Amino acid sequence: MAYNRQKETLFTSFFLAVAIENLPEVLSMDSKLVHLMADLKEKETIALVKDLIKEGTDPAEILDAARAAMELVGKRFEKEEYFIPDLVMAGEIMKGISEVVMPLLKKGEASIKKGKVLIGTVAGDIHDIGKDIVTFMLDVSGYDVLDLGIDVPVSTFVEKTREFQPRVVGLSGFLTLAFDSMKKTVEALEEAGLRNRVKVMIGGGQIDDEVRRYVRADAYGKDAVAAVNLCRQWIGG
Amino acid sequence: MIMKEDAAELYRQREKRVNDAIALKVPDRVPIEVLFGFLPAKYSGMTIEEVMYDPDKLFDAQLKVLLEFQPDMDQAPFAIRFLGPLLEALDFKQLKWPGHGMTTDHTYQFVEGEYMTADEYDHFLLDPSDFMVRKYWPRVCGNLKGFEKLGPLHGVITYYMGFNLSIAPFSLPEVAEALAAMQKAAAEAGRIAAHSRRYTQKAREEGFPMQTGAFTQAPFDTLGDFFRGTKGLMLDMYRRPDKVIKACEKLLPIMFETAINATRMSGNPRVFIPIHKGLDGFMSEEQFKRFFWPTLQELMQALIKEGCNPCPLWEGDCTSRLAIIKDIPAGKACYAFEATDMLKAKEVLRETVCIRGNVPLSILVAGSPNDVRAYCKNLIDVCGKDGGFVMDSATGLDDAKPENVKALFEFTREYGVY
Repeated sequence: MAYNRQKETLFTSFFLAVAIENLPEVLSMDSKLVHLMADLKEKETIALVKDLIKEGTDPAEILDAARAAMELVGKRFEKEEYFIPDLVMAGEIMKGISEVVMPLLKKGEASIKKGKVLIGTVAGDIHDIGKDIVTFMLDVSGYDVLDLGIDVPVSTFVEKTREFQPRVVGLSGFLTLAFDSMKKTVEALEEAGLRNRVKVMIGGGQIDDEVRRYVRADAYGKDAVAAVNLCRQWIGG
Repeated sequence: MIMKEDAAELYRQREKRVNDAIALKVPDRVPIEVLFGFLPAKYSGMTIEEVMYDPDKLFDAQLKVLLEFQPDMDQAPFAIRFLGPLLEALDFKQLKWPGHGMTTDHTYQFVEGEYMTADEYDHFLLDPSDFMVRKYWPRVCGNLKGFEKLGPLHGVITYYMGFNLSIAPFSLPEVAEALAAMQKAAAEAGRIAAHSRRYTQKAREEGFPMQTGAFTQAPFDTLGDFFRGTKGLMLDMYRRPDKVIKACEKLLPIMFETAINATRMSGNPRVFIPIHKGLDGFMSEEQFKRFFWPTLQELMQALIKEGCNPCPLWEGDCTSRLAIIKDIPAGKACYAFEATDMLKAKEVLRETVCIRGNVPLSILVAGSPNDVRAYCKNLIDVCGKDGGFVMDSATGLDDAKPENVKALFEFTREYGVY
């Protein structure tokens, strides 16, 4: 991968970041910060962020550049150049940047979210790694995500769907016992009259189209990027 | 040992059937083995909690599915099912099980965590046993917390080095409590072993050999599952790659010893090795070649040299790893696959490794007997050709529908005849 690493101003990256989805990919790579982060150079990325802050760069711009880098990471994941550890590492870098930048942001500067997604690991199952990665990827992709955690009772999904009013409900589960918990959760949403207000996506170790039919979910995703793509398709953004 | 004559003959036939498949020969028919998981409990109308605490119920439930479905080989379930009293004696933290974080009818589940922090690699590398006793055990076993008070165990050398200072902490009440918990746990471990022997004996009398006689893991998996956690170890590959490799190398002889001791005790050369973190998507090919495969390959080669048959279960999808994992001595191992492309597995491994698998749990839980038969037919047509294949479900049968399990066994026995 030979990227053009000539232009090093955050200025460039900022403007590219805001419009990233509308620009050709090659242009969006013209930034040192975006490059460093997308290449998962943790120490160098954090050092650069600190330097930029010292130089007086707007923290909101830095955050946008970091989101642009995450876009690239997601694309590399889709192309199978990156794998789960790369997503996890990118998440850590994002966390490191947020720790530096967030306290400096003015109120109301946090970006406008694209739509609400409710997510959780279903009743009886305590696996969280996959769900956490999906939550993180949806969050950095601009969705307002409410993560209910693990072993979430059916009634909690119903209650929170009513309260939070998400457009999408994501059910996660690793074990075969999760099939029935998912099914019961979807049925409970139906009984509560909420099913037609949301799209339901499922994911996890054993999940495939057979399970999707059994559960009566709208779709299943094989990984975190698939979950983001489903939300894009359903909510937009 | 009293053994019915036809049972003895069946035992011999079953052993030969599986061993022929492992040796890449053509057996009389496709062998079938499964991991029953907690299916026996459900099949007998018992809760998970009942079989985790009552060894007689577990014995009966397991024997019932064995006699009913007649797999070519079985698994003594006690060491991984009759765990309740042992886990309680230790106040074990790495599992949630019925009554301890799970409801009575849910399978036990592993609690992910960083039970070794990133800055503790050096302690682990200097002396893993000392690290485990004083740092790791107290974290994963609430009742062994007192061992935190001990000094370095390797410091107890002779009368003027360690005897006075390093032995002294053993008199502390917390340490005495931990030692007492250990003895209680030892008694429970003894019960598990006794029930396992009793079950193995009974199965033998009925004509069924055991699938495996030992258990071990890839060094990378052991490091990730129990010490650093999945996330911790993923990050370590970027932040401290050399330490990861050193820790895997440190664990290699330990993983070998664990397996070889058990095969000598059981007299069964087949070693079960569940593979957790090397699958497609969980790391790049470069990371697989650098961090995961070298110590696993060496472990399997060393076991083969000792006359053992490594039987890894490659969980998830490992299709992209096939060309790499092909590199082991031919006709000695059996690779079970969960979601790997079986057609490709057969193509790549045909001349090296017997393959085993992989009826998806989605079909066994949510599908019909016809779906099961269709999947099995394809597997036998494609993978069963010329031997070197064992029929199995993709992973433990826990929640599979009984009629689907029945279809799996009956169809394989009928259609799988060579």
